[in-house]
Amino acid sequence: MLAPTKEARMRHRQSVSVAIVGSGGAGALTAGNFLLEAASAAGWQGLISRTVGPQIRGGEAAALVRLSTRAVECMPERFDILIGLDWANAHRFGAEIEIGPESLVISDPRGGEPPPVVATAGARVVEIPMKDMAKAIPEGRPNMIALGIAGHLVGLGADTWLALLEKRLADKGADAVEASWAAIEAGYHAAMSCDAGGESRTGLGRNLATPKRSAARRWLISGNEAAALGAIRGGVRFAAAYPITPATELLEWLAPNLAKVGGALLQAEDELAAINMTIGASFGGAPALTATSGPGLSLMIEALGLATAAEIPVVVIDVMRGGPSTGIPTKSEQADLNIAIYGCHGDAPHLVVAPQSIGDCLFTTQWATYLAETLQSPAIVLSDQFMGQARASIERPADVTFIGQRLQATDTGEAYMRYAIAAGGVSPMALPGMPGRQYTADGLTHTVHGTPTSNERDHNMQLDKRRDKLTQFNYGDHWATHQGDGDIAVVTWGSLTGTAREAIGRAANDGVEATLLALRLLYPAQPERLVAALDGKKRILVVEQSHGAQFYRYLRAYYDLPGEVRVLNRAGPLPIRAAEIHRAIMEWR
Amino acid sequence: MSVVDMRLARKPADYKSDIKPVWCPGCGDYHVLLSFTRAFAELGVPPENIVVVSGIGCSSRIPAYTNCYGFHGVHGRSLALAAGLKVMRPELKVVVASGDGDGYSIGGNHFLHACRRNIDMTYVVMDNHIYGMTKGQPSPTTEPEFDTALSPGGTGLRPFHPLVIALASGANFVARCFSGEPNETASILVEAINHPGFSFIEILSPCVTFRPDEREWKNLVHPASVATTNDPAKAARRLMTDDGFNTGILYRGERKPYQPPVGRPQVDVSELERDFEL
Repeated sequence: MLAPTKEARMRHRQSVSVAIVGSGGAGALTAGNFLLEAASAAGWQGLISRTVGPQIRGGEAAALVRLSTRAVECMPERFDILIGLDWANAHRFGAEIEIGPESLVISDPRGGEPPPVVATAGARVVEIPMKDMAKAIPEGRPNMIALGIAGHLVGLGADTWLALLEKRLADKGADAVEASWAAIEAGYHAAMSCDAGGESRTGLGRNLATPKRSAARRWLISGNEAAALGAIRGGVRFAAAYPITPATELLEWLAPNLAKVGGALLQAEDELAAINMTIGASFGGAPALTATSGPGLSLMIEALGLATAAEIPVVVIDVMRGGPSTGIPTKSEQADLNIAIYGCHGDAPHLVVAPQSIGDCLFTTQWATYLAETLQSPAIVLSDQFMGQARASIERPADVTFIGQRLQATDTGEAYMRYAIAAGGVSPMALPGMPGRQYTADGLTHTVHGTPTSNERDHNMQLDKRRDKLTQFNYGDHWATHQGDGDIAVVTWGSLTGTAREAIGRAANDGVEATLLALRLLYPAQPERLVAALDGKKRILVVEQSHGAQFYRYLRAYYDLPGEVRVLNRAGPLPIRAAEIHRAIMEWR
Repeated sequence: MSVVDMRLARKPADYKSDIKPVWCPGCGDYHVLLSFTRAFAELGVPPENIVVVSGIGCSSRIPAYTNCYGFHGVHGRSLALAAGLKVMRPELKVVVASGDGDGYSIGGNHFLHACRRNIDMTYVVMDNHIYGMTKGQPSPTTEPEFDTALSPGGTGLRPFHPLVIALASGANFVARCFSGEPNETASILVEAINHPGFSFIEILSPCVTFRPDEREWKNLVHPASVATTNDPAKAARRLMTDDGFNTGILYRGERKPYQPPVGRPQVDVSELERDFEL
């Protein structure tokens, strides 16, 4: 085992992380969101992930914030600062918020005992009476005191806050702004007193490079919002919605915004209706989408087979959560890979893609819309709860030109054959209203005209057509992210891409070069490309958040992986950390 | 004038495809198809501007037998599919065809919500009180004592009352027809299609193979003795107390159909980014 170099330690210092916990309603999430927004306005990048219990209201809530001068794609394995507004249910977070001997814990003497993990970790605890301080301020709230403490400890200038408060609390009036401002100031003063001890563990953000206002436009966006925006950019104008955690916010963002661009959202009575509404809208010519999570995807599967057979483009975003069954609705997992690829009965090839970061939710969903429309196929976008519900401060994603272009029938020429065997497998699609091109879209096996048949030849012709249009298409370089050239390759997908990238960066600082290969296009599989990408690799480390190692088995089904293969896999809810991947790379020598 | 001339130019045959139906000889659905093509011709809407959407079952085979656009989807979900289509293409005439198994059993929940949603479309259920395509199992409208292989001695269950449920769920037009009266059925179809909102027509359509007793229906049906009402309370009482063989338009409501404005963007897509800019 190599000792970390000085450089590596410096690299660790390029981010600072804060966890704010409290009972539900204590305002931990608001404080976390304000912290990220203020830090972003000051020029940092960052990520906020919330973790909540199963209760609708009440229970426990934690805001996990990580800030850096560079893009932040995953949470740290240990938090630098943990602020407990109260500790009522903090033990329920268990291993999700890890702290160590270098962590600083801020505790309110009236907030109960810190959970045992604080003592076990050997973290330094400073008591600050946030509740009492808030009481001394008219309308003051302890979460704003905590925000001031966090602001000081990470090294944000006190001048950052007023503009933010005026923006965010505009509808609550000047008194609310003043109260919050006073509370934040009080928090700054209180935090200075823990600095007074002269220990270098505070003022953590000062170890980071000075934030600069980036010339690029900066966004604060969640993965769910980014996916929704990507869909609209790709041409989607219809969505059907059935509420489900953790996909609901995506649909809630679409509802007003689709209307603004001349589209519509229908709330469906269930997911069966949602997917069929989506198919109906698309049959009429409107690029269409629905978003759901595992249980909803299970209900949509039959109709996805219909869309495959009838060659109707639709986009289904699955924001994955822990499964099976109701599982863990508020926690992330990557275990819907199998159902996404293999869920349909019969041979039903369709597109399956996965975004790799919050920002990439935009690109990948836009790309999925383009592919669905171009290939007249359903496309499943496998996002997950972590990406979907986390919010990041990122540089504005570049514009891409992927706009859905469906090959439409023309109203001239010979008798129309909706399912004609065409070069590339994609045949011109007529839309209702087009004279002389009437046909019936059908889930029954059909002839080139769309007429039902049980003939062996027709069946095989259409199966071939639907397979070939997907496999013969050139997906370009977007099929995967391929970085580095080490002879050990980390092969992963989805939101673990950023985690793997960070781990590979740390390994590089330790003198070990590794390759990152993260698949964006999961189906149809791209065996030639993968073989080329892994050519000459001696060790393959497969990393995934699934109990059954679904991704590893998928890889084995389609590829001959070279060299020695290891799998780092675990079910949710505990995310796989960069440190674990880093360790797996370093120890495999 | 030219519009009227165009209408006169349309014939029922213009709306019929050359695909031979899979239905048994004597099936009531042949007459429903005839009613469809007559109604479409009378409406004078070009066939490309009509979409017939269906699920699974004998009745659901009807779209391909018309010369309109059609969608033969999965079992029970036709109303949902039609809702997405109509909302994005409000200028089209959308007719949904179903049967008592497809529409009232597997598709029962969608029936309630389609009535409630009141999107401008016409829902035709060809009710033969049996699953025909799977060869004779009891449906939600099968009589409790009717003996089948799957329900020896009968189900013992009270049949579903589709018209009452449609009314209670918010359907804007409720009618009952008999397939053996294609002229009457066609004219009610025309009225249903022209009526704004969700129109529901139950067509008694005998299954001569698995329910030969239904050949008797032609002797049982009779036109409703009272005029159409727009009062849901009166309609409910009438539907709850009728003998199941009253035909005609039984309720014609005045609810405004649901149709969001589509196709008129107020902003450019790039404007949506503003939500996220710091």
